[in-house]
Amino acid sequence: MNYNVDEKGYYGEFGGAFIPEMLYPNVENLRQQYLKVMEEPSFKAEFDQLLKSYVGRPSPLFFAKRLSEKYNTKIYLKREDLNHTGAHKVNNTIGQILMAKRLGKTRIIAETGAGQHGVATATVCALMGMECIVYMGEIDIARQAPNVARMKMLGAEVRPALSGSRTLKDATNEAIRDWINNPVDTHYIIGSAIGPHPYPDMVTRFQSIISEEIKWQLKELEGKENPDYVVACVGGGSNAAGTFYHFLHEEEVGIIAVEAAGKGVDSGESAATSVLGKEGIIHGCKTLLMQTPDGQITEPYSISAGLDYPGVGPMHAHLYKTGRAEFIPITDDAAMEAGMELCKLEGIIPAIESSHAFAILKTRAFKPDDVVVINLSGRGDKDLSTYIKYFEL
Amino acid sequence: MNRIHQKLQSDKKLFSIYFTAGYPNLNDTVKIIQDLESNGVDMIEIGLPFSDPLADGPTIQASSTQALKNGMTTAILFDQLKDIRSSVNIPLVIMGYFNPILQYGVEAFCKKCQEVGIDGLILPDLPLDVYQEQYEAIFKKYGLINIFLITPQTSDARIAQIDAASEGFIYMVSSASVTGSSDGFGNVQESYFKRIAKMELNTPQIIGFGISNSETFQQATKWAKGAIIGSAFIKHITKNGTDSIGDFVKQIIK
Repeated sequence: MNYNVDEKGYYGEFGGAFIPEMLYPNVENLRQQYLKVMEEPSFKAEFDQLLKSYVGRPSPLFFAKRLSEKYNTKIYLKREDLNHTGAHKVNNTIGQILMAKRLGKTRIIAETGAGQHGVATATVCALMGMECIVYMGEIDIARQAPNVARMKMLGAEVRPALSGSRTLKDATNEAIRDWINNPVDTHYIIGSAIGPHPYPDMVTRFQSIISEEIKWQLKELEGKENPDYVVACVGGGSNAAGTFYHFLHEEEVGIIAVEAAGKGVDSGESAATSVLGKEGIIHGCKTLLMQTPDGQITEPYSISAGLDYPGVGPMHAHLYKTGRAEFIPITDDAAMEAGMELCKLEGIIPAIESSHAFAILKTRAFKPDDVVVINLSGRGDKDLSTYIKYFEL
Repeated sequence: MNRIHQKLQSDKKLFSIYFTAGYPNLNDTVKIIQDLESNGVDMIEIGLPFSDPLADGPTIQASSTQALKNGMTTAILFDQLKDIRSSVNIPLVIMGYFNPILQYGVEAFCKKCQEVGIDGLILPDLPLDVYQEQYEAIFKKYGLINIFLITPQTSDARIAQIDAASEGFIYMVSSASVTGSSDGFGNVQESYFKRIAKMELNTPQIIGFGISNSETFQQATKWAKGAIIGSAFIKHITKNGTDSIGDFVKQIIK
């Protein structure tokens, strides 16, 4: 079984490029160029250098001793929370801004939900001196004020998405419309492993530094490259794609994708796409997405603003369909408790997205000698107000 | 012969209107179609509303959102159209995004189109290669013409490919924009229209996007077989309701 993208841009039956003709020249150009550009020695050198000296890579692989004792297994944390800007998102924006430069683009657009990808994009645009426009749902702008301020400080223009439900999916629609209106000078930096081919594969490759590092770090720490399990939360799926990438074809490695169940999978307020989604087309790719029987895309819910996307990347849809990955839904409450537990046991305040991944430890048993690597995709600073409100701190 | 082919054979320049089904009210669909035909419109694109219309500007987005709020669904649209051919003769094309059709079932959708008398489909996010590999045979089985788009950025080679794959007309997007921009046409559009006209394609072209009045209609049809108005019509019925459709049509084709 192949879990990588095929020549036509599909992961099994998922993926492809379902785009209006207006986007075809840009997407086709990117499709023809992205692998060539990524293989250029000068590109690799610049990417590696920035990851090292600007992002602060490699991110540590940390043995969580007290957490391991509590759950009677060996738990390692991949510390993406220690990256510059506080999450894994910057791995991709560094890669894509270098790509944009090589494609001759001068103007960058992006979508953002909670603001993490927007901040990571604004950051690299400031670094490269490029014009940056970030689309963000009007509702998200209101509830994520600190990230809006960060983007502005970094020189980006934040444009409100006023259509539809005025959240992430609508911000994505607006970014796509901007690209239709500005086809020549603009590159669209998609933040997750979604969108038309080649975006899911390109984003996955830029994020695959996560699993590349896990391999050699684990070799140093445990004497073997492959853990028994890798665990990551999945919204659109970029941190999970990067965490899983180098283990997809290592059969002895169990892959666990953790979805946001919100107030419960059957509550009507959930973002557990693998359970609630049906095959369809969203933002240019065929994947699993939450929709009405009539094919209208519905609004997901999660306490974590980074996980409330109505679809999931096509690679993940394929991993789900083939059974290669185990998908576990985690509720708001379970995630919040797991986040607080990580604070108390390891002295790390995680992003609520990442807290979902830790919550499986309570429900999913591991053997004492299992090596379990959990991707700690982001730090919790941005979520303080949610933690304060939830725990009445 | 398909009604689109018949219409394209006439000598006149064709005037086509897009409207969103289920807007402003759920059951306006049939009246709007009948009024457009009786006032001299040559062809109609019936918009199947979608929650996330990527290629549309604010006017059509808002009409789609309202139509969905009004309760419009694919099944209701077919029900509204079931007797349309007893009163309407001009070509009718359904324009929409692919996901609702995928959920209805592509073959079931095409079969239903044939039953009610739909002549063609415009599905901007169904790409040429996927259409040819997976759906062309189904569309043809039910007598449906699939309409492709080209834009100012479409390469000559790609245009030739689309021309070869086309059977009815090519939907020529006037400028690099979503629907509903109305800055008029300048030199850029003019040279693009000329460039396409010079290519002498086998398939006639009808221009859409950015046509909002008599002036832009005339400019477009100077170079192409016809022109499509969408957002400007929707603005008209938003403001004036559906009782003065004739006034709108007459101010375009004076």
